[in-house]
Parts: sequence; structure tokens; C-alpha cells
Amino acid sequence: MHNAATIAHDHEQHHHHDGDSTDVFGFWLYILTDCILFGCLFATFIVLNDPSMHGPALKSYLDLHDILIETFLLLVSNLTFCLAILSIYKSKLFRAQLWLVLTFILGASFVYMEVTEFAHIAHEGFSWATSGQASSFFTLVGTHGLHVSFGLLWILVMIVQLPILKITHITKRRMTYLGLFWNFLDIVWIFVFTIVYLMGGI
Amino acid sequence: MLQNLFFGKLTLDVIPFHEPILIGVMAFMAIGAIAVIAALTYYKQWTYLWNEWICTIDHKKIGIMYLILSFVMLFRGFSDAIMMRLQQAMAAGSNAGYLPPEHFDQIFTAHGVIMIFFVAMPFMFALLNMVVPLQIGCRDVAYPYLNSLSFWLTFAGAMLCNISLVVGNFARTGWLSYPPLAELYYSPDVGVDYYIWSLQVAGVGTLLAGINFIATIIKMRCKGMTLMKMPIFVWSALCAMILVALAFPILTVTLALLAFDRMFDMHFFSEFAGGNVMLYVNLIWAWGHPEVYILILPAFGVFSEVVATFSQKKLFGYTTMVWAIGIITFLSFIVWLHHFFTMGAGANVNAFFGITTMIIAIPTGVKVFNWLFTMYKGRIILSTPMLWVTAFFTTFAIGGMTGVLTAVPPIDFQVHNSLFLIAHFHNVIIGGVLFGYFAGLIYWFPKSFGFQLNEKLGIYAFIFWVVGFYIAFMPLYILGLNGFMRRVNHYSEVAYQPYFIVAAFGALLIGIGIILQVIQLFVSIKNRHALRDKTGDLWNGRTLEWSVSSPAPMYNFAVLPTVHEIDQFWADKQRHLSEGHVHPKEMHYEPIHMPRNTPAGFIIAMFAGAVGFALIWQMLIPGILAFIGMIATVIIRTFSKDIDYYIDAETVKKTELAYLRGIV
Repeated sequence: MHNAATIAHDHEQHHHHDGDSTDVFGFWLYILTDCILFGCLFATFIVLNDPSMHGPALKSYLDLHDILIETFLLLVSNLTFCLAILSIYKSKLFRAQLWLVLTFILGASFVYMEVTEFAHIAHEGFSWATSGQASSFFTLVGTHGLHVSFGLLWILVMIVQLPILKITHITKRRMTYLGLFWNFLDIVWIFVFTIVYLMGGI
Repeated sequence: MLQNLFFGKLTLDVIPFHEPILIGVMAFMAIGAIAVIAALTYYKQWTYLWNEWICTIDHKKIGIMYLILSFVMLFRGFSDAIMMRLQQAMAAGSNAGYLPPEHFDQIFTAHGVIMIFFVAMPFMFALLNMVVPLQIGCRDVAYPYLNSLSFWLTFAGAMLCNISLVVGNFARTGWLSYPPLAELYYSPDVGVDYYIWSLQVAGVGTLLAGINFIATIIKMRCKGMTLMKMPIFVWSALCAMILVALAFPILTVTLALLAFDRMFDMHFFSEFAGGNVMLYVNLIWAWGHPEVYILILPAFGVFSEVVATFSQKKLFGYTTMVWAIGIITFLSFIVWLHHFFTMGAGANVNAFFGITTMIIAIPTGVKVFNWLFTMYKGRIILSTPMLWVTAFFTTFAIGGMTGVLTAVPPIDFQVHNSLFLIAHFHNVIIGGVLFGYFAGLIYWFPKSFGFQLNEKLGIYAFIFWVVGFYIAFMPLYILGLNGFMRRVNHYSEVAYQPYFIVAAFGALLIGIGIILQVIQLFVSIKNRHALRDKTGDLWNGRTLEWSVSSPAPMYNFAVLPTVHEIDQFWADKQRHLSEGHVHPKEMHYEPIHMPRNTPAGFIIAMFAGAVGFALIWQMLIPGILAFIGMIATVIIRTFSKDIDYYIDAETVKKTELAYLRGIV
């Protein structure tokens, strides 16, 4: 009897192990498709960001100081998220929650600054309806911002879910997904920062 | 104000009460819906429908639902086709035909959209769901719940497309909705919005299904099945799904940008304010060309399975087949510009894309010769699946040749957007994709339903389909070469008319073919006991799906198989036949871990459909509510712990023994 139970348990472990590697692989595939989505938006931005185009130029509306702060907010939020994951693997639930809260605050500040920047630029007369260039700027940067906002919602869900479901292979896996997602958004932001703000703004 | 927030642009006026044809359609649909609801209530089948189908995450049942969706939409798509053929057969000289231009334009748009997105794509996913997990020897797809969500998203997209028939109207822009025509200024009504959001919802479903099947095939193959031991159908499915994962995000972006142009007055594709129309054309074809290969590759996979089985021989040139599929997958991404040679890319660019296009003929040719060599010296059994394959060879060869012809840019300048092009792509999509899927459906039908389709009626349907196809589309080649353009509602030169009458007659024959298929289905259901497949291996098959009962048990394999070579099941049969037994009778069974059914996929997809509908009509509050509902369902589901269960060993044993007794 005891033996049978052990076998069943081993079997379950085995299943979970296999299942986890399959699931994370699937999430990588999702990240790949999201990469292509951003790739198309970058291509659109590069095509429409034509300097020979008449009308107001994006360059004169960009404030690189704020962007630098935004960049650091997002990069530091990645660090705090990694610390949350470390705490999870050390089975320190409360500490993980704290790091997640900090990540959330940093991410939310990023989104807040971005929305403020958008409102400011639009107020100065460069709205998304101004030109193709403006449309592609707002769509590209906005899509990234939307992804970050979804990430924030996800972090909130995890903060609530961790004490309810406890640290199991399921919540660990979800934290892995979220980590991949959050890292991915950082990498996309590096490209946004370079292509839109540095190449477009300087 | 409040009414505007709730209903947006939606008023009672948008229901076309003044159109007699549409009122007829509405009445027909209403009667059909009432009949179904009444029948479900009378026979007390609501809980059965909910528990066994709507909540199911069993890939075999999801496959069947894809199949039903595809067939229902085929009727709509074909009705559109026959209406167009009738109009063009009538509308010569002084006769204006029976369809006003704005209606005709909606019909050809809907025909293209429905046939590609809601007939061919669901049909493909039906075959994948019915077969792939069984062929690779696993118990379900990698993410069963996601699989259910994918199906219901596709369903929601198809329903949005159908609602446009009675609430508002559909796009009049052609199946790819090029701007500037698709921009708000030229298409101010909701037609293009219906187009965008029905495809957006269905497209997300397709993308998720693509990810699901890649993960399934890469990660869930049974022991010993290395990549080069997979059945060719699985290879073709894998490559098609890689194309889905790479191409569908492009569609998502393209449609979103078009929607932004229309909703928020952005200028991605305007002809002024720095927009770029060619950007749209490039983006949509960067998705659109791989899409063609997403459809045809699984059909190639079906041919490989059917030819090998019915020639009773190992597939000739397995390795070259795999390479050919891989090369086609790669090449499909570098040919998109051949869809618009005439749009001013210049001679050098056109030459590059012309040559890459022609190169695709080489791996395709390799495949055709592999199939022919498989048949060579085989003991060929001309069952209905094999008949479809033979029809495919000739039809697809003609379609391929006209394709290589139009790949030459100077020739393309002559036939661009003419009926020659229409004839060409129907030639490859009907002759390649559809014939292949029909072959696959008849071949795997017993595996999904447990009984075979009536052979005689199948042959009649086949004859009407094939003959009808040639009569319907060969005249279009001639018309196209004579300069007749596509999407023409009326023409003054009556000399064209006889060709159109012949084409309409051909479409009628295809219609008879479809009706015969329906009769075949009903006759087969009626005689299902006589047609039952007791052995689970009706065709003397070669791959793992034939090693289990028909229909396959819920858990697919009582014991997960181990594979040492290609066509392991066939090899096992050869060995066991000489030893005198096929199936081992005494087996040790273990409890089987299964995922539990869930309504979450259905609910999320219905909310997504509601979000789509709200976006079409700009209904702010319902849109926000539906969106919150969608997100909330996703989150609530993540808190659920009751997601799996075990089938105990005794039940497994009982099921397996019942099947084995049936064989003996």
C-alpha cells in the first residue's frame, strides 16, 4: 500500500515536472509571437517616421530627461521582480509579496509618467490624429505601455493569489511566466528607448 | 447621451427590413434557431450540450466542433459563390442582373473572408485536433483549456461575421480590405468594422491554437518518436503552426492599425498626413502569403498519409518530404510581394520576388513525385480518400502551372486582378486544400465517429465536385486571359456571357456535390451500425491513431506507446500477424491523469465576441463591461484548484477489454 502510494506520488511529480517544462515552452512561444507584434509596430514607426514628411516633427516634442527616469523605473522594477522570485524559491512568501508590491509601485510610476508624457505632447498640439508619424509613435509606445499595464494587473493578481494558493509548483510556474513577460517588456523598452527616443529625438 | 453610451451607432434602422432577400435569410435563420432550441428543450439535451460539448476540453470533441463550424460556414460561403455566379451569368448588356452593386460587393467580400477564415481554417484545425495527439501517441494537446478557448474564439469571430448579415452590413472592400477604400472616409458604415473585429477575434483564437500545437508536437511526443520518426501529417502540422505563430501577429497588428485609423482618426494608411497605403498592402500580404501555406501544408500531410495507406507501401522519400515541407515553410515568407507586382516596386524587386516564387515549385514538385513513387508498384486501393488524391494530382498540377506563369512579373502585369488570378487561386485552394481536407475527413471520419461514411454516395459527391470544379473555373481562365477583371458586377460586352453561363453551371454541379455530401452524412448516420469500425483500424493504417479503438477512448491510449521506427504500428502488425495475435490481452493498467472540463474558455470567448460587437457599434458601456467580464473570468479561473482528476485503472481496463472483445 505504502509502496503504491509512493509510486503514484512519483508519477505525479514526474507529470508535474514534464508539464512545467511544456508550459514554460508554450509561454516562450507566446513571447515570440509578441516579439513579432512589436516588430511590426517598429517597422511601421520606421516607415512613417520619415524626416522628409511635412508637418510637425516628433523630435521637438520629446523630453529625454523624463524618458531616462522612466527607463530606470522599469529596469529597477525588473530587479525587484527578480528578488521576488528569489524569495519564492526560498519559500519566503511575505518577502516575495513585499518585492512584488515594490515592483508594482515602480511599474505603475512608469505607466503614470508615460501617460503624463502623452497628455503633455498631445496638449502641445502633437496628437495621434496629427500625422502618420504621430499615430505610429503613440501606437508603438502605447502598446508597450498597455503591455506593462497588463503586467501590473498580473502582479496584483499574484500578490493576492500567493497567500491563497501558497507556494506550489503552479504559483512558481506563474511567477516564471510573469518574470519572462516582465523581462521581455524591459527588452522591448530598450528598443523603444533606442529607436524612438534616441534615434528619433537626438 | 445615455443612449449613445449604451448603444453607440446601433439603432433599429440598421436592420435591413427593406431587403427581401435578407428578410428571407433572417426568417430562415430564426426558424432554424427556434427549431434547434425547441429540439434541445424537448429532448432535455441542454445539460448534455453544456457538459459534454461547450465545456469540453477533449481535443477529439473540439475537433468535431471545428468540423461542424466549418461545414455550417461552407454553406454560407457557397451561397455567396452561387449568387455571384448567377449575377455574372445574367448581368450582360442591358440586363443589370438581380444584385445591386453594394450588395454584390458585400457578397464577394464575405465569400472570401468566410471561405478562408471560417471554412478552411476551422477545417484544418478540425483535422489537427482529430488526429495530431493520436498520431504522436499522447493523451491530449499541451494546453487543453487553451484549445477550448481557441475554438470558441474562432466561433465568436464567425458569429460576428454572421451577425453582419442581419444587423448592419458587411465590408464591400474585398477580402483583404485595402485602404484607402477601407478607411472611414470611403467606407463610413460598419461593414469594415465587422470585417476587422470578426477577424481579430478569430485570429487571436488561431494564434493561440498555433502555439498550442507547436508545444504539443515538440513536447508531447511518445517515447522514441524523434522528429524524424513523426508521421508526415504531424510534420506538416508543425510547420503550418510555426507559420501561424510567425504570421498571425502581423495580421493582428495590421487589423489593429486599420481599426485605429477608423476609430481614432489616426493616419497609418491615409493618402495624406504622412500615411502610407503601401504599408498596409505589404503588412497584410506578409501575413496573407504564409496563410496560404498554413492551409496547404496540412493538406500535403493528408496526401502523404492517404497515399501511403492506400498504396499499402511505405511513403517514398520521407526525408526529402520533411525537407520539402521545411523549405516551403521558409520560402513562404519571402514571396509576399508577388501579390502586388503592379504596384510600383520596380523591376529588380519584382525579379527577386518572381524568382523566389518560382523556386517554391521545386520542393512542391519533389512532394508530388514522392507521392507518385509511393504509388508506383503499390497495391493501390481506390477508396474515396484515394480518389480525392488522384483528383488533386491533376488539378493541383494545373493550378501550380498557372501559378508559376503569374510568378513572371511581365505576365502578371497582364493578368493581375483578372479572372485568370481568380481561377488560379481557386484551382490551388479547391484542388489542393479542399480536396486534401475532404480526403483527410473521409480517411479519419471513422476514427472520430466510430463509423465509416457511405462509400457510394461519397463517390457520387466526388464526381460532381471534380467535374463541377473544372466546368466552373476553366472558363474563368479564358475570360481572364481576355482581360475580364475580378469583382465585376455588370459588363456590357455580351460575348463574355456564354463563359459565365458555363461557369454558373459548374457552380451548380459543385452545389449538387455538396448536397450529396450532406445526404452521405445522413445516410451514414442512419446506417451507422452496419458501417461501424469495430477494429479501430479500418483502412489497414500505418500510424498510431489506428492502434486504438474507433472512436478513440477519452484518454486516447491506455498505455502510452513506445516507438522505434517510422510507421511503428504497421511494423508491429507485420510482426504480430506471423505470431498469430495483434493485440495483447493481458495488460497492466494504471490510473490516468486527465484535465477537468471547464466553461471558462467558452465564457471568455463569448465576452470577447461581445467586446468585438461593442467596438463595431462603438457601444462604450457594454464594451467596457464585456471587457471586464473577460478579464475577470481569466483571473477567477486562475484561482480554481479543481482542474484535474484521475480515471481509475479499473475503468480503463473495462473500456479496453470491451474494445478488444469487439474485435474478436
